[in-house]
Amino acid sequence: MLRDNARSFLSKNAPIAHLRQLRDTPDSVGFSRKLWKEFAEMGWAGILVPPDYDGLGLGYVEAGVVMEELGHTLTPSPLLATSVVAATALVRSGSEAQKKAFLPRIAAGDLIATLAIDEAAKHRPEKTALKASNKANGFVLSGAKTFVIDGHVADLIIVGVRTSGSPGEERGLTLFLVDGKAKGLKVERTSMVDAHNSARLEFDNVAVAADAILGTPGQGWKTLEGALNAGRAAIAAELLGAADEIFARTVTYLRERKQFGKLIGEFQALQHRAAHLYCELELARSAVLKALQTLDESFENAGAVVSMAKAKAGSVATLAVQEGVQMHGGIGMTDEFDAGLFMKRVRVGQELFGDANFHADKLARLNHY
Amino acid sequence: MADLETFRKETRAWLEANCPAEMRQPPESEEDTCWGGRKWVFKSEAQRVWLERMAAKGWTVPEWPRQYGGGGLSHEEAKILREEMRALGCRSPLDSFGIWMLGPALLKYGNEQQKREHLPKIARGEIRWCQGYSEPGSGSDLASLQTRAEDRGDYFVVNGSKIWTSYADKADWIFCLVRTDPKAPKHEGISFVLFDMESPGVSTSPITLISGKSPFCQTFFEDVQVLKANLVGQLNKGWEIAKFLLTHEREMIGGMGMTGGRHRSLGEVAADTVGTEDGRLADPVLRAQIASFEVDSWAFALTLDRVGDLFKTGQAHPAVSSMLKYYGAELNKRRLELMVAAGGSEALEWEGPRSRDGFTVRSWLRSKANSIEGGTSEIQLNIIAKRILNLPGA
Repeated sequence: MLRDNARSFLSKNAPIAHLRQLRDTPDSVGFSRKLWKEFAEMGWAGILVPPDYDGLGLGYVEAGVVMEELGHTLTPSPLLATSVVAATALVRSGSEAQKKAFLPRIAAGDLIATLAIDEAAKHRPEKTALKASNKANGFVLSGAKTFVIDGHVADLIIVGVRTSGSPGEERGLTLFLVDGKAKGLKVERTSMVDAHNSARLEFDNVAVAADAILGTPGQGWKTLEGALNAGRAAIAAELLGAADEIFARTVTYLRERKQFGKLIGEFQALQHRAAHLYCELELARSAVLKALQTLDESFENAGAVVSMAKAKAGSVATLAVQEGVQMHGGIGMTDEFDAGLFMKRVRVGQELFGDANFHADKLARLNHY
Repeated sequence: MADLETFRKETRAWLEANCPAEMRQPPESEEDTCWGGRKWVFKSEAQRVWLERMAAKGWTVPEWPRQYGGGGLSHEEAKILREEMRALGCRSPLDSFGIWMLGPALLKYGNEQQKREHLPKIARGEIRWCQGYSEPGSGSDLASLQTRAEDRGDYFVVNGSKIWTSYADKADWIFCLVRTDPKAPKHEGISFVLFDMESPGVSTSPITLISGKSPFCQTFFEDVQVLKANLVGQLNKGWEIAKFLLTHEREMIGGMGMTGGRHRSLGEVAADTVGTEDGRLADPVLRAQIASFEVDSWAFALTLDRVGDLFKTGQAHPAVSSMLKYYGAELNKRRLELMVAAGGSEALEWEGPRSRDGFTVRSWLRSKANSIEGGTSEIQLNIIAKRILNLPGA
């Protein structure tokens, strides 16, 4: 039901042509605020927000369905950063006042929120160095963040901050809620390969009040991991959708394109590769579904299965776009054709919140080897 | 749901009370897995008791109907039983081709008399079955088989030879594909028959594999008489049953390495042999390969569960068994390549108690057949391309 609705809505209102238009006629936003308002009217913006705060109060499986469908159409939207990652952090660790202040506005589509965690080119959240110093009635933040999804338009930024210990340690992290327009915050929008949205942030003694802390000071790791895991499972669902879409298009092409007087799908060299990819996609589907279900059923214990799913979805989607371009031949290399757009988005999704190597390594550590 | 929770609690309690401690240890040799049959010699009293108790509940074949020796469990209940057995580390009480392959085929295609005669004996582990499919000249092109059965009124006379007959020398009965109409197109002249391996004219000759073991035989039939009551389904319609049964064989091979007691993980084995630095394997390349394998292995186990559920509700494409066979076989080969690599020179010992007579190295060699038996990996990819992806000319 949700899937059918999402699919028909997105294919009508935000097909791949929508992404092309955003890319080719750049504005200061990078997604359609009108479309986002429609997402909110359908309840998607508040899909994880409890009904007490005006949301739908659905689970990660349902959020994953919408993310997967967004993967089919490559639609840029604040859903991932605002409605999955930031909403998860606020719902699970926000004070009552914080929840009241932000969650209804997220559900209404009136507040763009995000998480600022990465500080270097590769995702290593424990290496957070951005620091907080005590100041009268609060703190000042100094440091820099990168790869902040929707960071250029975010009204609310959840910032991972080192309040004690040293980079590399999970202890000593604190999450702060920072206004996107805060004084001393320098925002540089980064134009990315996938034409989706991201920014670099510089914190030059940004003053925040004492009540801007989300959760317990120095104990932010658990909240952070929870929000990241929600984001990882959601992006894995988007990667699965993108991989399914490029695969379906590729198989159709194999059934239509003729060379040497034959349909190229008759060639066993291509048949076996397509059949192998089909199997990989089925494994990725099982992995993503289980990760989302585990977040719903046992949120605190989802770390391992989420890492497995992010690793699997990332590497399978990478294979799917590589095979997609190769099997389409020359036309797959043209900008006019869509295959390249899938390749670009998948590469960004693979990198976001840890790539397949990061998550395979994490799984190995969890299994003590 | 409440009923299922009750079932889970009762099942756990029963397993705790009835599964002997020895049967909760991972199998260490082939004899640790009970295959049953007239010739079976129980390795221990615990193995015998465990089979007897499970068979009495019908839990050697949990989902078969009770009147044929099964447990009469629903798919959900059977899943709970499997989960609880896994949680306690219980070994399977009985593994057999009767359970995995012939039983499902008889339930679907057998007549009432055949079901009553054969299914309970499979469930209790009294009769061990082997499969007469491949022939020396018919491997991947199975339907070209030449073993013929001539109509002599009340019975057929069977002549010919089968190859790769798993455990034919240990089996009591065989389910066998024979050509009953040599003039018909190759798929349309095949019948599916059952007969006792002690029938006059049946002989077997073990084939030694690269693992040094002989799990397979060549089997010869010389004027073997088979009563017509032992024809399953209709005359000359055996190919349909053969294909149905192959899907079960493929699921079985695909599921290998996923069931049974707890195995030592690759990470544990490698930690012993290559050592660790800061909690990580000292060989970072091997570590990466193991981690990547574990990602795939977990995703595959989840796929077996998910697709298994879809099968039971009729929502799965019938050809997805080819996916399970293909991926499971390749994965098991990968697992054993890594196991040998992780084991280093210790894993290369062929004989002696330290290596349990070369358990690892022989398993590694044996696994190479996984992508050949039951239809090669290439045949499975052909089937997926043709039947699921609808690619042309496949």
